[in-house]
Amino acid sequence: MSGERKMVERAEPRSYYGQPVIKEPVWTPGIPFYFFTGGVAGASAVLALAAEARGNEELARRAWLNAFAGIAVSPPLLIADLGRPERFLNMLRMFKITSPMSVGSWVLAASGASTTLAALNAQTGLFPRAGRGAKIAAGVLGMPLSTYTAALLSNTSVPAWHEARWTLPFTFGASAAASAGAAAAVTTRPKAAAPARRLAVGGAVAEAIAAELMKQRLGEQGEPYAKGRAAAFRRVGAAALASGAAVLSGPGSRSRAAAAVGGSLVMVGAVCARWSVFRAGFQSAADPKYTVGPQRARIEDGLARGAARATPQEANLGDGSAFSSAEPQRRGDVDRGQPGASRGEGRAGAR
Amino acid sequence: MPHTLIELERQAQETYGGDAKPRMGFFTDTSVCIGCKACEVACKEWNHVPEEIEGWSGHSYDHSLDLGANRWRHVAFIEQEKPLGADAAAESLVEAAERANAVDGWGLDTYQDGEGVRWLMSSDVCKHCTSAACLDVCPTGALFRTEFGTVVVQADVCNGCGYCVPACPFGVIDKREPDGRVWKCTLCYDRLKDDLEPACAKACPTDSIQFGELDDLRMRAETRLAKLQDAGAGAARLYGADPDDGVGGFGAFFLLLDEPEVYGLPPDPVVTTRHVGQVWAAAAAAAVALGAGIAAAVFGGSRT
Repeated sequence: MSGERKMVERAEPRSYYGQPVIKEPVWTPGIPFYFFTGGVAGASAVLALAAEARGNEELARRAWLNAFAGIAVSPPLLIADLGRPERFLNMLRMFKITSPMSVGSWVLAASGASTTLAALNAQTGLFPRAGRGAKIAAGVLGMPLSTYTAALLSNTSVPAWHEARWTLPFTFGASAAASAGAAAAVTTRPKAAAPARRLAVGGAVAEAIAAELMKQRLGEQGEPYAKGRAAAFRRVGAAALASGAAVLSGPGSRSRAAAAVGGSLVMVGAVCARWSVFRAGFQSAADPKYTVGPQRARIEDGLARGAARATPQEANLGDGSAFSSAEPQRRGDVDRGQPGASRGEGRAGAR
Repeated sequence: MPHTLIELERQAQETYGGDAKPRMGFFTDTSVCIGCKACEVACKEWNHVPEEIEGWSGHSYDHSLDLGANRWRHVAFIEQEKPLGADAAAESLVEAAERANAVDGWGLDTYQDGEGVRWLMSSDVCKHCTSAACLDVCPTGALFRTEFGTVVVQADVCNGCGYCVPACPFGVIDKREPDGRVWKCTLCYDRLKDDLEPACAKACPTDSIQFGELDDLRMRAETRLAKLQDAGAGAARLYGADPDDGVGGFGAFFLLLDEPEVYGLPPDPVVTTRHVGQVWAAAAAAAVALGAGIAAAVFGGSRT
């Protein structure tokens, strides 16, 4: 909390005519919808595998179908977002751990193949041995498939995403759980769907908690989540999640129609939650104060030196770089000219 | 993901072997920039960068506003009120005397200062980071590190996924519409291969943009900084010259006369992939939590 107190005293960060420092993302609405469909696919595969292990064949079959539906619409959404869709296969030119999009492309490809085979086997009984392996693979891959999208967002310079790197994957995971449970509750007879309803309700509660925790931890960086369209989506989403969860846990356990309504509401809520996060990133990137403020604060608090150096002595001499071979005479002159401290980086920054 | 110069050099040796070249870069000395925009024009001409008319911005003489897919050099104009002469003396006699000395000794009071107004002009460009976020996050390998240590997009590989755009801590790289791919400064890779200096540096009439081997440029910059500070420009500072900053130092660094944010530059840029371990750890933990949650929902109650 002491950090918060300090922030109050700080002046509004300076900027260049209020121009953004970083670029807003160029992603289209297909991307947050993919976060949803990918989450449905991933969590549904896990649900299906678990239901099968528990012996709930009916739920498992439905969940495999849902997983297949989610994974089938995902690639078109992603490919449509590319500036050069015909080059989508370039995503598999290499595997790069520093790029969650690269890792995710491989996860999605493997997940797509295994989920398709798993769903085919679950519906028709074809390929029993391969189907068994595919189910396990799809179930295991479903977990990272549901959360890597949060890693993709937080591995950017967008403050509202990057600073949320510890909490964002949990909101995405919870959101995926809620939507997979809801999808299964919609497509399965209420008699066999109790685990799906528990998952939907539990996921909705977890999503609400995780999202709130994320905002709390972000402090001022969380402002974009409470502004503009991000806030509108957040409010609509929270209402839909809450009412959907209520319907599912009440009449949804008896009436198929009620389950359909409740499940749909939860899924709408999950879509809105992803949209809220997506829009918050844009709003965070558009205002330079979110970029400059925390960086300047780091420097003022002595946590970072920043990229500016007012004296040669401040430069890092440790790695044999050019600074070590600079004219010593000149550096001496500087020292005599203006006694050291007046050029300290922190002071220059604090002015 | 090289985080230091030494790692970068080792990587260059591994990748290019005998073809590795000294790391080349820019030193942009904004204290002598006159805001002529010759760099913007020369860059556009040489690299066939499409026009992009922003209209009248109302922001001093800057009507191109930022770097992007269609602007690889951008000149910023900042007008600041500055007490001079008697006004300066009212604030501080020492400051007034220093300024008088500066004018006599170095001729500082020329086009940049006058009549209570100070002009700051600065030609911005891709920083060609030692630890480059755009390159780290590019899933296709379209972005690569050249034998000169610069960061370049291969237009025939880029599929326009756009990940590099919000990854860059400086807002340099952007998607070009309707082309669909991302574009940015190449440090005139084609010219470098023919031992020519980049177009912007060639066109710069005041040598505000200096091109050369990064080691040489850093020495030159340090000398210049000392000279300016001797002359009383106490706020002068190098930006991006230190390999110890958040991106491992810039391949294209600057001498600034005020805080970086005044020029639209981030004061403490950090490559996003510096935290990629945390990013993956959190995603993995959330994935496990998701699995546990689903298991609890399925096994923690009635079977159906």
